[in-house]
Amino acid sequence: MESKNIMIVGVGGQGSLLASKLLGHLLLTQGYDVKVSEVHGMSQRGGSVVTYVRCGDKVYSPVIDPGEADYIVSFELLEAARWLPYLKKDGVIVTNTQRIDPMPVITGAAEYPEGLVEKMRDAGAKVDALDCLALAEQAGSAKAVNIVLLGRLSHYFDAPEEAWQASLEAIVPPKFLEMNKKAFALGQAAEN
Amino acid sequence: MKELMLGNKAVARGLYESGCLFISSYPGTPSTEVTEEAAKYPEIYCEWAPNEKVAMEAAFGACLAGKRSFCGMKHVGLNVAANPLYTMSYTGVNAGLVIVVADDAGMHSSQNEQDSRHHAIAAKVPMLEPADSAEAIAYTKLAYEISEEFDTPVIIKMCTRVSHSQSVVEKGERVVPTKKYEKNIAKYVMMPGNAKKRHPIVEERTAKLIEFAETNPVNRIEWGDLKLGVITSSTSYQYTKEVFGDGCSVLKLGMVNPLPVKLIREFAAHVEKLVVIEELDPVIENHCKALGLEVSGKDALPMIDEFSQSLIAKTLLNKTAQSVSLDCPIPPRPPVMCAGCPHRGLFYTLAKNKCTVLGDIGCYTLGAVAPLSAMEMTLCMGASVSALHGFNKAGGADAEKKTVAVIGDSTFMHSGMTGLANIAYNQTNSTVIILDNSITGMTGHQQNPTTGFNLRGDPAGKIDLEALCRAMGFERVRVVDPYNLKECDAAIKEELAAEAPSVIISRRPCALLKYVKHKAPVRVDPEKCRGCKSCMRIGCPAISMKNGKAVIDNTLCVGCGVCTQLCAFGAFETGGKEAE
Repeated sequence: MESKNIMIVGVGGQGSLLASKLLGHLLLTQGYDVKVSEVHGMSQRGGSVVTYVRCGDKVYSPVIDPGEADYIVSFELLEAARWLPYLKKDGVIVTNTQRIDPMPVITGAAEYPEGLVEKMRDAGAKVDALDCLALAEQAGSAKAVNIVLLGRLSHYFDAPEEAWQASLEAIVPPKFLEMNKKAFALGQAAEN
Repeated sequence: MKELMLGNKAVARGLYESGCLFISSYPGTPSTEVTEEAAKYPEIYCEWAPNEKVAMEAAFGACLAGKRSFCGMKHVGLNVAANPLYTMSYTGVNAGLVIVVADDAGMHSSQNEQDSRHHAIAAKVPMLEPADSAEAIAYTKLAYEISEEFDTPVIIKMCTRVSHSQSVVEKGERVVPTKKYEKNIAKYVMMPGNAKKRHPIVEERTAKLIEFAETNPVNRIEWGDLKLGVITSSTSYQYTKEVFGDGCSVLKLGMVNPLPVKLIREFAAHVEKLVVIEELDPVIENHCKALGLEVSGKDALPMIDEFSQSLIAKTLLNKTAQSVSLDCPIPPRPPVMCAGCPHRGLFYTLAKNKCTVLGDIGCYTLGAVAPLSAMEMTLCMGASVSALHGFNKAGGADAEKKTVAVIGDSTFMHSGMTGLANIAYNQTNSTVIILDNSITGMTGHQQNPTTGFNLRGDPAGKIDLEALCRAMGFERVRVVDPYNLKECDAAIKEELAAEAPSVIISRRPCALLKYVKHKAPVRVDPEKCRGCKSCMRIGCPAISMKNGKAVIDNTLCVGCGVCTQLCAFGAFETGGKEAE
């Protein structure tokens, strides 16, 4: 079975834990060995956060190192750029185009780089960029950015649609299921 | 049925299946979820204790009473609990007693990266070290068997990557063995005459545990290529297998104290080159060297930070993966105090008054970060209060007039009270500020003795901080709202000037608590904003400058109104209404 390394990156509090939980569940139902690694605590407080999801016949290490990620799923543009060195040569970045200024940018100590999507493409990365926040709001909640991104990521996976739907039903609380299913569909259907 | 399970949750599952009936812990990243997940089993009594020492002693009492018991903590917590641990090694247990200590190599959320194996060695207590979630369940069950068979507390050492990684597990059934308490003064009263008789028992036990370590499958050899033999444990085992697969032979140690002798010699005899791959200190490596074996490890691998497969591939095989990068600088994104954090107003006031601030462990340690930069020392739980007394005694009146300690409510309960007792007793005109946000924030909202609720969220005893401080002899105790900058400023000025020790309680619940009602976002009138950036001095992530004017991020702002008090031009307007 083909092994896959997926990184989910973003800003603390954006909902990456639910995304990794859903992805881990999906991959397990597809017969893979799976490991998911996350970091809690200090880094959650608005800092840069990363979750690693790995699958294959047998997975040993729970982490992904530079040059090893097949996919980087990013909640925020600067975070996609920050973790770019982790991408494999032919890897794909699926990113939200939302911009969240980090404190050094807010205080004026640093500048938020412009044209990051083009820069990443120029560096040789395949970048699938879309305004997930707008799609999430269209689905009913700004908090559904995580599921919009997974909808987009599903393009690159062999897993059948029913498997994604089953994982959504297993992981998302019933109260938010319909809204998240809509978010997933919008991410899936989006043109970029 | 197979499922993905977090390492810490797997320990909790192991506790459940082992028939554990009593848990007392203190939260600390990366250990916290063990106890939180265990609390989801109604069969197990679970509590947060005020600190790790109390937790361990409570667990000891419960094991004496005949129930399998547990306590969990992070690595630095074991320093606090070291006192009971070292003598529990002598008394042994009645029903099984298991301790989890979670190390944090890489310091994702800690103030140091000490290696807990040293405690196990020094206390002469066995230590198991799982490498994934399935082992976390299995080793927890094994730990109770060892505890009861060898009459000893057993430590399970976790680390961030095992605690906070999910891997595949299968669940088992719960069995609940219990014992009766029997009076045994010679075993449980550790006065010199008795302790002298217990120490030889400890040494004999270690000899027996070494025999156990030689043959029990918790330590296993995976034969591969014999040119290279790797001795390893925990997450380092995973990185080793990731890099080498069957390209080397591996001695995987699940029990890291005491270490086997014959097993290691046998393994070493079969391989051409012997390497130990272990994070942090060279514990296994030094053991091998003491056995006279030719071994390498820390000559090439670092004692600093956590390992990874790429580190091992680079160090041992000189291999590096190709990667892509940008040539433009990427600004860092450090953690920050949340929008609406009650600590912000207080730290702004301390910075404005040019106070010397001795800090403590919690979210508020972020008060040290720019632009507030209002904390000058952080050492360990409770040290702010104790160090303030020493600082003021040594520095005299000059120090007393400008120096404060800041400590959170949970940290104060943990070990700030004893420092406060020293101020009251040995008399300095110290000003201690308790940042009471009504929760243990940093570790993810755990209850504590000042919140009025227990671990499961049910009503519980509530310690009255004001009454406690007064009872200790503090006549000057006052409460301020950290959202009110004028009030904070007056309190800090007056208490620093006072010729008496004082406590200021800065009280306002954490803005992330579910019951806290947020107000509508603040609005900036661009006509009135002069772009002076006064509002930027509080380091609020919801405020930034666009085209020379302050703008509010409505998705982050909770309408706390601290920024409105900074604007000299009245450009900030509070929304007023509660948003939800």
